[in-house]
Amino acid sequence: MLAAAAAGLLLVGIALAFYWVPNAPIEGFRQRIFYIHVPIALTAYACFFWAAWKALRLLWTRDQSYDLESYTAVHIGVIFGILTLVTGSIWARTSWNTWWAWEERQLVLFLVLFLFYSAYFMLRFSVDPGPRRASMSAVYALFGVVLIPVSFLAIRLAEGLIHPVVFDEEVNTRLTASQFLTFIVCFAGMLALAASLYVNELTGKRVDERLRELREALS
Amino acid sequence: MSYLADVGTLAAKDLRLELRSRDTVPAMLLFVVSTLVVFNFALPVGASAEAAYGLLWAALVFTAILGLTRAFAAEREQRVLDGLVLAPSDRSAIWLGKTIAVVVFLALAEAVALPAFALFFEPVSWELVAAVALASVGFAAVGTLLAAMAAASRARELLLPLLFLPLVIPIVVGGVGASIGDDPGRYLGFLALYDLIFAILSWASFEYVVTE
Repeated sequence: MLAAAAAGLLLVGIALAFYWVPNAPIEGFRQRIFYIHVPIALTAYACFFWAAWKALRLLWTRDQSYDLESYTAVHIGVIFGILTLVTGSIWARTSWNTWWAWEERQLVLFLVLFLFYSAYFMLRFSVDPGPRRASMSAVYALFGVVLIPVSFLAIRLAEGLIHPVVFDEEVNTRLTASQFLTFIVCFAGMLALAASLYVNELTGKRVDERLRELREALS
Repeated sequence: MSYLADVGTLAAKDLRLELRSRDTVPAMLLFVVSTLVVFNFALPVGASAEAAYGLLWAALVFTAILGLTRAFAAEREQRVLDGLVLAPSDRSAIWLGKTIAVVVFLALAEAVALPAFALFFEPVSWELVAAVALASVGFAAVGTLLAAMAAASRARELLLPLLFLPLVIPIVVGGVGASIGDDPGRYLGFLALYDLIFAILSWASFEYVVTE
């Protein structure tokens, strides 16, 4: 169901983005990557917040089943984070003729988050499974969502300091009705995609865990 | 009151241990001076003063990592942490005591690093000293929690820098801003905010890191 909804919404969204929305006044045709890039980025944030919420539940209730849910959410969040970096990089290439721009705050923030959540996997893989690993991972996931606003503030502060601001603020930040509708459809599609990946991955991870328990019981 | 007494005892334990074994602080002092000398050769001739301030912050971050990897070494080798966790006191007292000890170690290293920096590179302003003091609290607060995580893992020394560096990027931004920015007050305020947020978070969550 979720997968079908994701496929449908994303197809409609891409069709709207390419055939319905008029060209943006300054950016022109290439601005259409906005309908892919921004929903992916917001979905990554949603995954990280979902992971932190599950982590908080785990610390609160000590119910170990939240551990896998939090882990899976981070997993999906990192995949969307990498996609954000890739699509952002493509956008930077088409707009400013450079693959990477330190002036682009959101992109730098995603790089920091990518490094942070990659270390989450390192942490998990080097601690033996058990309640202690679950609560350590949960604490780390909670640090992540606190790091998001703090890093954002830091990157804003650093911007004027290290690099002169080359690019103007988006000249036209107000979306027209057609742009907004297309964006919403794409965003809903990405969320549905993330949710279906999350459900699939969670099922797989649960089966893995169950299998390991059975193996240990047999040996 | 007994909470503060526990914290004081734990911090005094770490300081006394360091005073007797001299395991960590001499290494940190030597490391930070070596790093500054390496940076002298890493900087091109005629590099701006601002680059030197940036490198000072890199040196401070790496020195903090060096100290933090040793933070729970004694506990791990002698299996003290299990005993501390079982002791009838709040677990966050372990974090606070350790953080205080780490701040003292960092302050000793910085007391050597800043004069050395002034001697080799650029003058040290009061804003820089204030920023370093605030940053040390942040390094110690976040670092102690992460060091406790790393100590429980198989990768140990390898893991700590990976966990630590992304989290302290905001401290580096604040520190560099306070050293070379036009308006150091803003950056000092940001550092204080970072310390407050992450100290509360680490204090509240330490219990979950050391218990099952």
